[in-house]
Amino acid sequence: SAVRPNPKEGRKMEKMIVAMQDPDMGMKLRNQRLLITVIPHAMTGHDIIIWLIHKYSVCEEEALHLGGMLVKYGYIYPLKEPRSLVLQPDESPYRFQTPYFWTSTRWPASELDYAIYLAKKNIRKQGELMEYEKERYSLLHKKINHTWDFVVMQAREQLRASKQRRKADRIVLECQEQAYWLINRPPGFLLFSSVVLQIEVHRRALGRNRVKSSICLEGFYSEQYQNHDPIMQGCLPSNPWISDDTAHWTMNTEMVPVPTRLRVERWSFSFMELLNDAMGRQEFMLYLEKEFSAENLYFWQACEEIRHGESSKIVEKVEEVYKNFLAPGAARWVNIDSKTMDKTLEGIKQPHRFVLDDAQMHIYFLMKKDSYPRYLKSDLYKNMLAKAIVPQETKKSVFPFMRRQRHSSPSPAQAVAQATEEEGRHKGAG
Amino acid sequence: MCDQTFMAATFGPCDSCGKASPLMNIYIKSEAINYCSFCVEMMACQQLQKGETLQSLKKESDSLKKKLEEERGKLNDVELHQVAEKVEVLSSLSIKTRRVLKGHGNKVLCVDWCKDKRRLVSSSQDGKAIVWDAFTLNKVSEISLSVFYFDSNAQNGLDNKCSVVPLSLDKNENLAAKKKSVAMHTNYVSGCTFTNSDMQLLTSSGDGTCALWDVESGQLLQSFHGHTADVLSLDLAPSETGNTFVSGGCDMKANVWDMRSGQNIQSFESHESDINCVRYYPSGDAFASASDDATCRFYDLRADREVAVYQKDSVIFGASSVDFSLSGRLLFAGYNDYTINVWDVLKGTRVSILFGHENRVSRVRVSPDGTALCSASWDNTLRIWA
Repeated sequence: SAVRPNPKEGRKMEKMIVAMQDPDMGMKLRNQRLLITVIPHAMTGHDIIIWLIHKYSVCEEEALHLGGMLVKYGYIYPLKEPRSLVLQPDESPYRFQTPYFWTSTRWPASELDYAIYLAKKNIRKQGELMEYEKERYSLLHKKINHTWDFVVMQAREQLRASKQRRKADRIVLECQEQAYWLINRPPGFLLFSSVVLQIEVHRRALGRNRVKSSICLEGFYSEQYQNHDPIMQGCLPSNPWISDDTAHWTMNTEMVPVPTRLRVERWSFSFMELLNDAMGRQEFMLYLEKEFSAENLYFWQACEEIRHGESSKIVEKVEEVYKNFLAPGAARWVNIDSKTMDKTLEGIKQPHRFVLDDAQMHIYFLMKKDSYPRYLKSDLYKNMLAKAIVPQETKKSVFPFMRRQRHSSPSPAQAVAQATEEEGRHKGAG
Repeated sequence: MCDQTFMAATFGPCDSCGKASPLMNIYIKSEAINYCSFCVEMMACQQLQKGETLQSLKKESDSLKKKLEEERGKLNDVELHQVAEKVEVLSSLSIKTRRVLKGHGNKVLCVDWCKDKRRLVSSSQDGKAIVWDAFTLNKVSEISLSVFYFDSNAQNGLDNKCSVVPLSLDKNENLAAKKKSVAMHTNYVSGCTFTNSDMQLLTSSGDGTCALWDVESGQLLQSFHGHTADVLSLDLAPSETGNTFVSGGCDMKANVWDMRSGQNIQSFESHESDINCVRYYPSGDAFASASDDATCRFYDLRADREVAVYQKDSVIFGASSVDFSLSGRLLFAGYNDYTINVWDVLKGTRVSILFGHENRVSRVRVSPDGTALCSASWDNTLRIWA
């Protein structure tokens, strides 16, 4: 985020600030009462504007704008309504930010700084942080976890040191810090922690199993898919984008009375291909019902809904799954090995999104290794393949000019002009 | 100066390393001292044993990396293009522009296809998202997005969000009113994708992290840390167990993550500049990346290494986006020199170059049934190629 002034801009603003605090020619400062405490060295928005008007011989509008910049970049901060970083031309009280927090001279705000600040605030306010602060605090806790002892220690030490100050000073300190963090977001990536994390990643990587290139690269050469790449080989009856004929889409909608041959072929490429096609999945379900093992697919689908569904529905869905598939005597009881079943039943006492993962995987691989291969050899599949449609190829549109009429603009003259323009822009393949 | 409520040193020699730099006032055992930010960080890391310095840790990291490269190399008994020698050479392609979608008032930054294979949604720097029926060129709906890629209202401390807009076929519905803010990062959101349903959203951000969100409640489910610079792109793995995704960023790294644990399970560092885009191969066993170093690369997850580099002397400008054709044989890549190069994934050769856009190509996407390629560009248009 670009809320830092560039160095030159920063120096000019600082010069202005120093002039504003000149003992003779500077601003008239006064005590400001905040509830029961008196804060020294405060000024009103109105006074800031008057001073700027006289010092720089500008009109009120420009002074308001100029003063607004000083507030925006954190050189002056409001005492009441600290989140409203604007200059009010009235009796609203403001204060000069301490040079320690000048954005131009300070090192870039880091996550470590911010974590210490939030930790202090968390302790002081007994957990009552703003929502976005709570979220960032817990994110930081995770991200720079290995520095956390230091963060908490610093927070406590700094709070202890500030307790030894006068109340007015303490409030000022808090205001200054708060103003600083409202403007600065910590972008810095800790150099140290990133190296520590990197070492962890490398160590883990060294421990993993790798596959020989000759084995895994063979898998990329697959003749199967050659005919299933329209942009490369074309498609039947024609590519709608080229011929303007939507027959290809009509023939391949999710549910059709008779699917195309290519589509049914794809179901045999992998179990995932079969399940990803709604029709394929439906056919497979029919087959499983004949084999009296349909509960496996129903179970797998129910698990998918939990894994990808709303967080709020997890508990009730897991309960349903238990009732229908896992409980003794359940209507659609699934046959999982005892070890996995025990682990799962124990886990669902405290349901979470992934509690059924092991059971789901077990059933998935059962279907993949056993039912799926048999389905491909079954009459059900073979008949589907036999009666599948092989569309006739349609030649390209005989009247090329017809295609060009498709424009959302109303004017026919514009359409013709555009067509000529496009004709001229086409360049062939390399 | 009249306002010195308390004195604080802001610049000077660090009490630890002695270097003159901006200082941080910290407390060690009730004593106030001044350290430079670097020494503070070093002290904050618990893992720091006596005698350890940043130098020694970096050395350790580099030697581990070298060892890792050696291990990876041991199983490298054949190259992809060698395996591909027995594969037929592709016949020449004649891919042309079939549609030009005009309507955005500024650079088109992002596009994605609808499951119905002909509608798509695009977003632009003009602050609008348009849903098109690309086949007829009709605009189905137009949605205003407030502060999409820009820093938002600093006063509320609320930053860079991701909004979910439910789309319906009812033309009269006021979609903008149903817009829902879901993700929240501390810096810009560079990319997002729904997971297998539209109940969860995965985002990548300029703050260096990726995050998984529950759409209904807006709650953060998991965060992913490991990149050391802005994350620019991510893609969900099309695998059977469906639990991983890959991200690419300005730290030149491509990382593979486990969505359940938040752990970084694999990391690849072979690009020489920012990675702008990552995309899985259809089988999920590999992925491709596009980078500012003007190359696209191909990584095999089981071999755990880079297996191909798609580059040519005549291709000088950075690649912004990649996508595979339906079978995975072709890789389409959009570049900053306004072109789209088509690569043979297996043989590593460039099979075609597509001209037409008048400014950078920001995104390329193959349609769900593989019949067409859509490209989005800074020339304010989208093109459909087939």
